[in-house]
Amino acid sequence: MKATCWHGKHDMRVEDVPDPVIMNQRDAIVRITSTAICGSDLHLYNGFIPTMKKGDIMGHEFMGEVVDVGPDVKNLKVGDRVVVPFAIACGNCLACEAKMYSLCENSNPNAWLAEKLMGHSPAGAFGYSHMLGGFAGGQAEYARVPFADFGALKVPAGMPDEQALFLSDVFPTGYMAAEMCDIAPGDTIAVWGCGPVGQFAIASAKMLGAERIIAIDRFADRLAMATTKAGATDTINYEDRDVFDALKELTGGVGPDACIDAVGMEAHAAHPALFAYDRFKQALMLESDRPIALREAIMACRNGGIVSVIGVYGGFIDKFPMGSFMNRSLTMKTGQCHVQRYMKPLLSRIESGEIDPSFIITHRMRLDEAAEGYRMFAKKQDDCLKVVLTP
Amino acid sequence: MQRTDNRLNGPSGDVAPEVMRRPRHPAQSGDRESLAMRDAGAQRLAHGLAWFSISLGLAQIVAPRLISRLVGGNGQYANLIRFYGFRELASGLMIFGQGHRPAAAVWSRVAGDAVDIATLAAAGASPRMKKGGVAWATAGVLGVTALDVYCARELSRERAGQNGIRMSRSVVVNRPPHELYAFWRTFENFPRFMYHVQSVRTTGPGVTHWVVNGPAGTTVEWDARITCDTPNERISWQTLEGADIESSGSVRFEPRPGNRGTIVRVDLEYRPPGGKAGKLAAMLFNESPEQQIYDDLHRFKQIVETGEIVRSDGSPEGIGDVRQRPGQPSGERAGAYGGTAASSAAPAD
Repeated sequence: MKATCWHGKHDMRVEDVPDPVIMNQRDAIVRITSTAICGSDLHLYNGFIPTMKKGDIMGHEFMGEVVDVGPDVKNLKVGDRVVVPFAIACGNCLACEAKMYSLCENSNPNAWLAEKLMGHSPAGAFGYSHMLGGFAGGQAEYARVPFADFGALKVPAGMPDEQALFLSDVFPTGYMAAEMCDIAPGDTIAVWGCGPVGQFAIASAKMLGAERIIAIDRFADRLAMATTKAGATDTINYEDRDVFDALKELTGGVGPDACIDAVGMEAHAAHPALFAYDRFKQALMLESDRPIALREAIMACRNGGIVSVIGVYGGFIDKFPMGSFMNRSLTMKTGQCHVQRYMKPLLSRIESGEIDPSFIITHRMRLDEAAEGYRMFAKKQDDCLKVVLTP
Repeated sequence: MQRTDNRLNGPSGDVAPEVMRRPRHPAQSGDRESLAMRDAGAQRLAHGLAWFSISLGLAQIVAPRLISRLVGGNGQYANLIRFYGFRELASGLMIFGQGHRPAAAVWSRVAGDAVDIATLAAAGASPRMKKGGVAWATAGVLGVTALDVYCARELSRERAGQNGIRMSRSVVVNRPPHELYAFWRTFENFPRFMYHVQSVRTTGPGVTHWVVNGPAGTTVEWDARITCDTPNERISWQTLEGADIESSGSVRFEPRPGNRGTIVRVDLEYRPPGGKAGKLAAMLFNESPEQQIYDDLHRFKQIVETGEIVRSDGSPEGIGDVRQRPGQPSGERAGAYGGTAASSAAPAD
């Protein structure tokens, strides 16, 4: 089969590799009909996530048709159309019982590697380094889905791929970011980063009843989508205005009730010197992540507010404004999305027409063109926001 | 293949963990304690020597001419002294870098001392050096050399308590103690989650025969007997007289409060008797035995909780697979479920 393989920084190749086979009794093999490049894939593309190996198949947002099932998969059969959550979860351990699926205690065979870096290990994930299990990803013609009986969600007949696909990651992820804000009527939510997760965080904040949603980015097209499609009420282009001042002004001085960091470890800054400081330390391995958006979010949040961190961080940050965070009684909530928790409720919202997640798609390409898709998305060429690949 | 291990055999009867930490023979215990104290002393000395190395090294690098005058010269040999300064600095840092027992790094200091003495001897013969300075410097180096040799020898001594390898690990499993006890009490289950155990057979009342993979395709066998069997709480075992590897162990099942599963604790102790078998045992255990118990316990957890050992393309054998292939299908059917030693058979229950 054809698959998008990681070969190093900025080196993705679509190659012929062996077809997957059932390795565990709870596996299913899925023939992929749609798959997407995720913003978090760019962290791998840009070489910021350790424990990648040449030949690793990329991709954790995919859906398709079941073509084979292991003997213990009773609730799926060949021919079912399914969308697959990016985090692999068994459904049996204490974390899964607590609905913290991205912390499944059984799905990462390489947990010991993650424990070295993070103390304890999160769940395994598709196509996201060996630290998270070394599972082949879904930017391919076929994928093996472990614990398919628990994770894979059947898609109703008649729902197009493009509406269901983002249940695999970015829609639930954006939703969880908004949910972590404990939104009350009248709340103002500020969202750093208007990539796909930021767009869904904005849309979800609106669904959850936020009064005012402020979108922050530096790309006019993304800010435009945030207002016209996702439902932001205000925008701040951080290259034009100082974010902190603008947020104070928009909120009468108190700051947003909750701030969502949908940017993560590869943030940019308005001022070249600010960016250079973190980029330099990152290059020297003095810190692994550039927490520019996170620092801003903490400083800007109102007293007693919530900072919801959904952007991906890999390792260590520097100059964390702990004084501001502690003295002003802020709360931080964070985590890889517990996708399985949100798939069904969000599927109903799509079915009811409350939201059509396909609004984020800007590019449709063939799987063969994946390398080009990565390049365009990384360079944000042609207003690229979301690339969907079809094998 | 996978790392070897034998976890299961070992430890300490059925004594509580606090008691376990006490050596079995009172006569040995004094020895062990004093050995441990000597270890700590040698370590402190090594760190003192490291700081001395670093300070002297920096002085030599920054002010080589001053050092030259101190040892009876006239400011000459600055480059040589600076070079020796880097050497000092390196061995100082090496001592800190080597962890608890920096024996090799301290021996490298001894080698450095020899070079220093030879250099001073050569310098002493030079008419441009003041004999008095050289003599004092040589006396100083000889004193430090004595300390270095003492420290290096102490650190190279056999590790305290080396003839009893003890370890403990635990895992939380989301099942009540009685289920876990029942699974564990069926010793024939062991090869499913202990990758180094080929087979366990019950050969008599409370007696089992073990076949375990050794290094390089060898196998090691022994008989063990259950020394304590408290249903749903604890199982302890010990090898019978004459086993290649003398060992004892216990597994305990402690319910976590609030219905949060069970803590499964494994304590193991091995006493390689020496000779060939002892060496073999040491080889078996060289590769982080605690990691091996960790792997086994997590495989146990996976089987009991999910019914299988989770495999990925990078780790086709599941937990503990150190090969890490690329994350793409290998194209082999072998290695698929059911095909390997630790078969992912039906869930326990």
